[in-house]
Parts: sequence; structure tokens; C-alpha cells
Amino acid sequence: MSVPEVATAPTWRHRVRSVPWQQLTPLLGLVLLVVIGALIHPSFLTSTNIFNVLTRSAFIGIIAVGATFVIIAGGIDLSVGSMAAFLAGAMIMFMNAIRGDVSPVGAILLGVALVVVGGLVAGALNGLAITRGRIEPFIVTLGTLGIFRSLVTYLANGGTISLDFALRGVYRPVFYGYFLGIPIPVWVFAAVALVGAVLLHRTRFGRYVRAIGSNAEVARYAAIRVERVRTLTYVIQGLCVAIAVVLYVPRLGSASGSTGILWELEAIAAVIIGGTALKGGSGHVWGTVVGAVMLSLIGNVLNLTSVISEYLNGAVQGLIIIGAVFLQRGRQGR
Amino acid sequence: MFRSLRTLALVAALAAGAAFAQEYVIGVSIPAATHGWTGGVNWWAEQAKQRLEATYPNLRIVINTASSASEQADDIEDLIAINDIDALVILPFESDPLTEPVASVKERGIFVTVVDRGLSREGIEDVYVAGNNAAMGRVSAEYIIDRLGGQGKIVVLRGIPTTIDNERFDAFMELIEQTDIEVLDSQYANWNRDDGFEVMQDFLTRFPEIDAVWAQDDDITLGVIEALRQANRENEMFVVGGAGMKEIIKGVMDGDPLVPVDVLYPPGMIATAMEITALNFVSSVPILGRYILDSPLITQENAADYYFPDSPF
Repeated sequence: MSVPEVATAPTWRHRVRSVPWQQLTPLLGLVLLVVIGALIHPSFLTSTNIFNVLTRSAFIGIIAVGATFVIIAGGIDLSVGSMAAFLAGAMIMFMNAIRGDVSPVGAILLGVALVVVGGLVAGALNGLAITRGRIEPFIVTLGTLGIFRSLVTYLANGGTISLDFALRGVYRPVFYGYFLGIPIPVWVFAAVALVGAVLLHRTRFGRYVRAIGSNAEVARYAAIRVERVRTLTYVIQGLCVAIAVVLYVPRLGSASGSTGILWELEAIAAVIIGGTALKGGSGHVWGTVVGAVMLSLIGNVLNLTSVISEYLNGAVQGLIIIGAVFLQRGRQGR
Repeated sequence: MFRSLRTLALVAALAAGAAFAQEYVIGVSIPAATHGWTGGVNWWAEQAKQRLEATYPNLRIVINTASSASEQADDIEDLIAINDIDALVILPFESDPLTEPVASVKERGIFVTVVDRGLSREGIEDVYVAGNNAAMGRVSAEYIIDRLGGQGKIVVLRGIPTTIDNERFDAFMELIEQTDIEVLDSQYANWNRDDGFEVMQDFLTRFPEIDAVWAQDDDITLGVIEALRQANRENEMFVVGGAGMKEIIKGVMDGDPLVPVDVLYPPGMIATAMEITALNFVSSVPILGRYILDSPLITQENAADYYFPDSPF
């Protein structure tokens, strides 16, 4: 969403008006949650807890950055959680298989390469089935959701695929390590969000994505190659899933049929909480980041208190999500 | 069609004067391998199928996996319509929705064996094989009480909100409440590693002093262990899981101080049920009744007996 152009020299009043207040509303919910958390438990504001929440939100957050592109362009991708599980499983098996022939670092680098290529290919397959095959995105990705989920279960023989312990030691710092006092997953999350924001808000491609989402027909008349741009949004989504997997695997060193279950819903929720319209056309990456952090914060705050019965956690989560989006709707009317 | 073909074959065989034993079909309906324990169930069912079919040439075993209760009800109908089963071994997804479908199987005169989750109405099944969830909770509690000398602070990570989880949790709490052990909090970790990791991270943030963790399940345990390592607090407490995952059993065998014991809830119970059901067709030994498998404490001394490196679980 571009800043309104101001013809005259910017006065104080113009500056205030040109601040996109409407877009800041997702922050309200976040600030509220932080205040509640700080009141609930003194340890909430410790750097350990803040970093726990941020690293946790990195998986969903990175995937949600990709989902922002897909959703703004008027699509949807339900397959991301299964895709993550499948890529994680394939990566672990591949690294275990080649560990005898190459150094541990080499095995990990090759594993990362495999995941990135795999993510790009999987995303392209989703995109092509939707654009070239002309099948509804909901159906295509519902189908691939099932396919990826069964594939990882098949690879795992119904159990769990575990990373070799020698490799685990070398790979571990990618999740547990720090750079300049901040956990590496947080850096990666920030970098992905930054690149995503620039791509969406500062490039021609980003404008095309939004144009297609608000009106695909008009975009087509404007000589935008709608099919190609749409396919590319799914490729970006696949790449984001791959990056999330590269961070996820060193955390527990394993993947199974239950890895990444419901991540697709969390990613979509993060995007919508962040102020992107589910019908497409408008939205912004940093809102998605706020949405993803909020989702992790809710779980964290609930775990830090015994006031709410554990039987009711889901209900509280649901209320907060609805409340957060309601806050935005109230503001948008003005 | 299959039945008529089979009758034809039988008639032909009889006509030829061959001593030809009748073939029996046992249908096995189990949940799909969606997490570690059900993965173990699938593996054990496959093992039992191979062994039984090799041992008894007149037995044929058909295994169906379902990913929801309604899919399982459909599977049962298919087993009857397509495979014309003589016996059904079923590990129900959920008790209530599958009670009537299984009852109608029984009404057709098919032998029924129910595994793990009992049906909501009594007297349907011929054989019932199950683990003992309450015992699992009790055995875990006894160990923790014993280790802590009846006092200390613990946290509890629960499974998925189900009867199984409630039975374990209630039995555990019953014993704990009679001691000076304080349960700081309990939260659901859904028998899932990632959830175990996150819930434990938050427990560690919240409670500076924890003496023991009851994780109830080995998948959760693995997540808990990583959270403890990350916080460098793995020397402050011990973790009691449950089920009998091979990685955990290996740790117990090797004397890991963080996971000193495990409590068995064997996925192999499906194989027990299949073996017992098979006996009904190949012998005249009495088998009808209820079989409740123990949930023994697995310690370093006996861990080797419960270690199955080939199993996926």
C-alpha cells in the first residue's frame, strides 16, 4: 500500500496523515498481549522468554511471509505444513545417507541445497497445477497436503525419521546458536521478512501481485502475465517453507507424520491477523510478522499461567485471534 | 464373488479327495500411522501378519488403516463386503462412534477382538486385549514418589484430551496427592515432540525449581529433553516418559541420568490380539475373555527385554 502522494510541501499535519495508522492496528493486539504477559509473570519480559517466543514464531512466521504473497495474489496454500514435514523427512534421510562419503558440514550443506530445490519444485508444482491445470488452489493444495503427509509417513515407515547424532552436533547451532546476542532463527526470520517486504512493496513484481489479487481481469488487460506471477507466488511459498525446514530440523533432529500438522492454518491466521485480506488484493509483510509473533505469544502467555484451565486454552486462543482482527475492523471504518 | 470362487475351489479340492483345510480371513482395522505409537502399532501388525500367515497356511490376514473414526467404520464394511472376513481385530479410533458398527459385525456371527480402546457397550467383543492406562499413571507416580522421597516439585505434560489421557492422569494424581509433592502445573503437549519442547520451555521460564517432569509419553519426552538442554538445566531434574520408544529404551539401557526409566504401554498389543484371534481358528484352546497387559517399569536392568531396534517406534 503506497503512501498517499502529497503535492504541497509536507507540513506537520500532512506528515501525521501520511503515517499509515490503519496499518499499525495489528500492533495494538501485540502490545496488549505483551502487557498482559508482563502482568502475569515476572519472567515474561526476560530475554530468554522473549527469544523463546521469537524463535518459536520463526517457523510459522517465515512460512507466513510466503503465504502473504499467495493470499494477496488471490490464492491459498493449504499444503505448507505437510510440505515442511516431507522436506524435513527427506532432508534427514538424505543427510544420514551421505554422511559416510562427505564431511558433516558438507552433508548439511548438501541437505540444505536439497531442501531449497525441493521447496522450489514443490511450490512450482502447486503453482502450475493451479495456473496451467486451471484447478482451484484450495483443491490443488488440499490434494498436495494429503500427498506430502502420506509421503513423509511412508518415508518414516510410520515412525520417526531421526538425524544421525554426529550430524546433529554440527547442525545444532543453526537453531540453538546466537549471533550478536540474538538467536540465529530470529535473524533468519528478520531477513526473510525484510526481503519479502522489499519484494512486495518496492518492486514491479510486488505491484503485479497486488493488482492480480484485486482484479485479475484488469491485470490481464494491463498486460500483466497473470499466470506466471501467480505461479511465482507459490514458488516463493515453497522457498519459504524450505527455509523454515532448514531451521526446524536442527531443533529436534527428527521428522514424523505429525510434524507440521496445522501449520497451514497458523500461517494463514498470521497473515490475516496481520491485516491482509483473505480475498486478496492488499496486505503487508510486516503485519504478517506481527501476526506470527502474536500467535506464539498467546501460547506462551497461556503456558505461563494456571489461572485458565488447560481445557480452555483453545477457547482463549480463539477469542484473542477474533479480538485482534476485530480491533482492525473497528479502525478501518474511519 | 470371492465366496463363490472359494466354495468352488473347496468343492474341487474335496472332489479331488485332497485333505484341504478351510481358509479363514482375519481382518485387522487400526488407526493410520499418524504418530510414533500408532506407527509402532502398524509395524507390529505387519510382523504378526507375516508370522501367522507363514505358520498357518490356511489363515489370510488383511490389514486396513484409517485416519478417522468414520473412515474406520467404512473400512469395517469393506472388510466384510470385499474380504468376507471370519474375524475382526479392531483398535478403535474412538470408542463411541465405533460401538454400533462393531456390534453389527458381531451380529453377523463374525468373531470380534477389540484392542486398547474398549467399546461403549459391554458384551460385544469375544476377546478384549488392552494396556492398562491407569496402571501406567500409577507406576509413573510410584517411581517419582520413590525417587523424590515423597516431596518436591514436578510439572506434568499431558497428551491429547481423551479418555486415555484422563485415565493416566487421574491415576497418577491420586497417588501424588497423598504425598507432599507439589504439581506446579499441567498442560497439554498432545503426544507431540514440538509441543513438548514449547510447553517445557515455558515451564522452565516460569519455575526456577523443578525436581521431576512427568511427560507421560516418549515423543513428548524427546521434546522436553531438548528444552532442558537448551536451558542448561538437564542436571536439575529427571523425566519420566512412557510407551516404550526404542530411542528412550536405549537411553535407559545406557544409564542416561536424565531419563532413568520408562513405563511400558506396548504398541505390540495389536500383535498379541492377532495371535490370540488366530488361535480361535487353528486350535481348540480356550481363548475367550479379557487380556490386560501390564505397564511395567522399564529400568536399566530389564531394558534389553523391551528394546526392538527394527521397529519404527
